[in-house]
Amino acid sequence: MKIFWALLRRELASFFFSLTGYVIIAAVTLLVGLSFVVLMLTLGSDSFTAPVTELVYSTFFFWLIVLLVTPIITMRLFALEKFSGTFETLMTTPVSDLQVVAAKFAAAVFFYMVMWLPMLACLFIVRHFTNQPGTLDAGTVGGMFLGIFLVGCLFLSLGCFASALTRSQMAAAMIAFVLGVSLFSLGFLARAIPVTAQWQSQVLSYCNLFDEMDDFARGVVDTRPVVFYVSATFLFLFLTLRAVESRRWK
Amino acid sequence: MIEVSNLTKRYAGRTAVSDISFAVARGEIVGLLGPNGAGKSTTMRILSCFLPATSGTARVAGFDVFHQSAEVRRRIGYMPESNPLYPEMRVREYLKYRARLKGLGWRRSRERVTTVMEQCGLADVGRRVIGQLSKGYRQRVGLADALVHEPELIILDEPTIGLDPHQIRAVRQLIKSLAGKHTVLISTHILPEAEMMCSRMLIMFGGKILAADTPENLQRRMAGSSQIIAEIAASAEALRKCFSQIAEIEHFDVSSCEGEFQRCVLTPRDGLDLRPLIFVLAQQNFWMVRELTRHRHSLEDIYVQITRPDEEEENE
Repeated sequence: MKIFWALLRRELASFFFSLTGYVIIAAVTLLVGLSFVVLMLTLGSDSFTAPVTELVYSTFFFWLIVLLVTPIITMRLFALEKFSGTFETLMTTPVSDLQVVAAKFAAAVFFYMVMWLPMLACLFIVRHFTNQPGTLDAGTVGGMFLGIFLVGCLFLSLGCFASALTRSQMAAAMIAFVLGVSLFSLGFLARAIPVTAQWQSQVLSYCNLFDEMDDFARGVVDTRPVVFYVSATFLFLFLTLRAVESRRWK
Repeated sequence: MIEVSNLTKRYAGRTAVSDISFAVARGEIVGLLGPNGAGKSTTMRILSCFLPATSGTARVAGFDVFHQSAEVRRRIGYMPESNPLYPEMRVREYLKYRARLKGLGWRRSRERVTTVMEQCGLADVGRRVIGQLSKGYRQRVGLADALVHEPELIILDEPTIGLDPHQIRAVRQLIKSLAGKHTVLISTHILPEAEMMCSRMLIMFGGKILAADTPENLQRRMAGSSQIIAEIAASAEALRKCFSQIAEIEHFDVSSCEGEFQRCVLTPRDGLDLRPLIFVLAQQNFWMVRELTRHRHSLEDIYVQITRPDEEEENE
């Protein structure tokens, strides 16, 4: 555990003491701000009954951010260490592969959540000016952040896996992006397949990230998507662990 | 401390280390010597548990490097060839992080970091960012990292590469001071370096160990071909006649030098020292001698001879 904290601290430091970390945060803040403007315009023009949080997703900015930014967060994790050779010094200390993977993933998730904080501020502004507590309560905000967290975990674990496969950061980002977009488009495939094809559409509907996120935004926490996200995250972390271990049997 | 038996490492289509066996006792400083691509780094990577061996076993302090890798890693300090560091970290911060990774407690790691920083001459750069340090300092940071948890075995892959002569001297001093307390395995392709630091040398070439002995013994092994060089003021015929009568001289060569002096190169039989004999000869014949030296093959000659590719093929 002691070693895990040391690893985590170092990973967090490399996010927050580097320029890239702040560039990512700035870019995300800009995109969140833009989506906020769109949200405000929509609220201003029509009457709207759904919770404000749901609107955030309908603008597509959310998915754009998740799909684009998670590969950039994770590409560095293993690829850079392998490229610079520090992977060798790291793995010849008495740390276990699991500790390394867990620390890197935890740091990426922490950074990812910090990155979303400006969104919270936007929501409070809405609340302040609309004076309608019903549109934005703790439940919907909590549900939304749980959704953001779970989606993030899945895409970040995917990114970890991609980064553990290669020594090139660019390649890691590309692989993560392709995997992420493929996973994301599976949901649209589910809509396209006719309902008659029973099990296929059912399997695919579990991967329907888009609709599931809508549920979270409404404050509805269904256990099925939660199980899906958590298990998929663990699957990719497991694969990452295998990829890290692969130097032992390759 | 280290027991390696029949170790082989094959990369796709290439054998980097082929069937080597050696042992290193506790407290020894052993040099792994060989040209680039001889398999030194691969051997070290296997010993430090970074790469698995294709076949054969290696044990460090009685623990198998593959099956008990955590135990082995706790006992070694390893510095890879390229000495990779995190350029964005500060020296003290980096060493502290490494000490923590190696399982040292908070207080203990602080103590040890201070100690090794002094030992490696890093005391006044503790707050500098590693990326801005000179090569010499970075090398010392790598060394300090290898020492920080007081490992039983220290594995250094080319520790003096790219340093200036002063820094090389300092690093050598430091490594020498580790003898006895730690076991040290150093790889290098610079022979005088190994000669100076190591109590024993393993000469590797083409993935095999060709010679393993102390520097003195390796030298002695070649002493049979040592030569005596004498510059004597006498006529060439007289010298030739005299030398041909002495049984101890296997071969001689007399050539004229400037003035009346003749340069004689004598090869003794069985590595005998001919110098007293020459002195007596000169005394008897009233010759003037201005030089009398024994030319020994340096380790460099041995090294070149052993690791020369064409000779290697002839031996096989």
